Amino acid sequence: MSIPVGSALPTGAVPEEPGPDTVATPGDPRPVKTRLLPRLGVGGWISVAIIAVAVLLAIFGPLVRPYDPNEVTLSYANVGPLGGHLLGFDGAGRDLLSRLMVGARTTLLGAALVSIVAVAIGSSLAVASAWFGGRLDTAVSSGLDVMFAFPGILLAVLAAAVFGPGLLAAGLALAMAYSPYLARVLRGAALKERAMAYIQAGEVQGFSSWWLCFRHLLPNISSLIVAQGTIFFGFAVVDLAALSFLGLGIQPPQADWGVMVSEGKTPLLQGYPLEALAAVACIVLVVSAVSFLGERLQERSTGAQR
Amino acid sequence: MLAFIVKRLVMLVVTLLVASLLVYGSLYLAPGNPIATLTGGRAPSPQVVAQLNAQYHLNDPFLVRYWHWLVAALHGDLGQSIPLHESVSTLIGQRIGVTASLVLLTSIVIVVIGVGLGVVGALSHGTIDNGVLISSTVSAAMPAFAAAVVLQFVFAVKLPWFPALGDGNGLLDSLHHLILPALALAASSVALVTRVTRAAVREELEREHVQTAVSRGLPRRTILRRHVLRNAAIPITTVVGLTIASLIALSAVVETAFGLNGLGSYLVQAAQNKDFAVVQGISLVLVVLFVVVNTLVDIAYALLDPRVAIGSRAQ
Repeated sequence: MSIPVGSALPTGAVPEEPGPDTVATPGDPRPVKTRLLPRLGVGGWISVAIIAVAVLLAIFGPLVRPYDPNEVTLSYANVGPLGGHLLGFDGAGRDLLSRLMVGARTTLLGAALVSIVAVAIGSSLAVASAWFGGRLDTAVSSGLDVMFAFPGILLAVLAAAVFGPGLLAAGLALAMAYSPYLARVLRGAALKERAMAYIQAGEVQGFSSWWLCFRHLLPNISSLIVAQGTIFFGFAVVDLAALSFLGLGIQPPQADWGVMVSEGKTPLLQGYPLEALAAVACIVLVVSAVSFLGERLQERSTGAQR
Repeated sequence: MLAFIVKRLVMLVVTLLVASLLVYGSLYLAPGNPIATLTGGRAPSPQVVAQLNAQYHLNDPFLVRYWHWLVAALHGDLGQSIPLHESVSTLIGQRIGVTASLVLLTSIVIVVIGVGLGVVGALSHGTIDNGVLISSTVSAAMPAFAAAVVLQFVFAVKLPWFPALGDGNGLLDSLHHLILPALALAASSVALVTRVTRAAVREELEREHVQTAVSRGLPRRTILRRHVLRNAAIPITTVVGLTIASLIALSAVVETAFGLNGLGSYLVQAAQNKDFAVVQGISLVLVVLFVVVNTLVDIAYALLDPRVAIGSRAQ
């Protein structure tokens, strides 16, 4: 039994409690990080760099933006780069660079929340049905089969119609639509782990289900959880931006990359493409980097060779 | 095999029942009473309230109401759009053609370009294969709305080859209007199909029966057609089918971006205007199409590869 390679979570480290930990001790004493990073390759490093810039923008962007992202100067509408305004102005004469920087936070934070909620729902369903099996497993599996009938975007549009447009309704709907896919993948991994000797040893020794699930089972599938969470974070960026583009997600004048594509569409058709294309470029860069990294993590955690 | 198909069909019916219950029930999750939701917050006259009460059986228990709605829906009656005073079925009928032709054209693009590039990538090495890999990586990262905006800029604004917006009149003009939307909708799916095809063909090429055929001196063309492509067709058909099913919902984004008057863009407008009967009707139609296509893919998969049906019986 070894800790899956690529786990970046501290929970993947050595369990400190006595008891069944003898079986759960990682076979390799080296810190997990040193094994993951050098193997990323060029593409992996570029992805990490893009994600790092995006995260820094999301955290500090609204603090270091050069201008007020909501200050409208109509006489500058669609004017290109000028003076200190490195990317020029959008259709309402607002500073484009500042809006991109502020928008990073809305876009990425929203997607991160969607992905975290989806992972939480998906992994609880997966672990519960793998652990208890039997009727609960059957019930969860058939429930998931029904949920597969709803494409994420459709569920989000339905939610926006019922609860009104905005991040909350659309984001929750997306998280609900993603969770069956996560639950299915994670259930397989949890089942495998459930059948391991160390879990049975723990049960025989009288450790509670909670303890075994939280201290042993979940940490041991954590690398797959992180990989899946990363992949679904990429999906969430795309789908939330698409919903904002449709006018059902984040609402203008809030700066958000999806909203900017939507607002930039009319100027683009009139020959001023900068706003829409800049926002598209940000989305595509971040999503490519995230999905590249997510696939790498996935390969590592399942040991699949492609 | 028959048992497998029957089982899938039973699952289809159950899924559709639960899905329709969700679509119908979502109306009652909305804050405020159903009449306010149905009228979109406008103050209705007492006659309208009475008519709505009667039409939606609002005084009956929930499941009875659902049953009435379902039976009417099965008879093609999806209720009335309150702002437009028109039957939802009529409104859907006017727009389903655009969506169907968009999805059809996109499917053709996906199959021709995706499978074609995948086979080319698998059979070649070096520059061509790398080119296929790089182009599929780039287009995989292109969400439909991003592809739409980029295509509009390049092929409608910079190079005025295609119209940027609208449906067009007549067959040829409509087709002309649909080409950019279909390419935008296909962008990320083509990449997926290319990758799966490339991997499947590569895998088959390395199989022993193919090696045997090569060592027996069979012509390359025959080996490809009879031994490689036939076996590789199983995963390819599945991924193509599932991708096409996912286009049904995604078409909303592309229709909105290109100003096409289809089901998806109308669903979005209805959601913005709180025209709830239309939202329910279109959601139901889209979910039914999605689930039916998925079931057909499952059955096709089992027919192509009988091990699937046997495996599901063993479980």
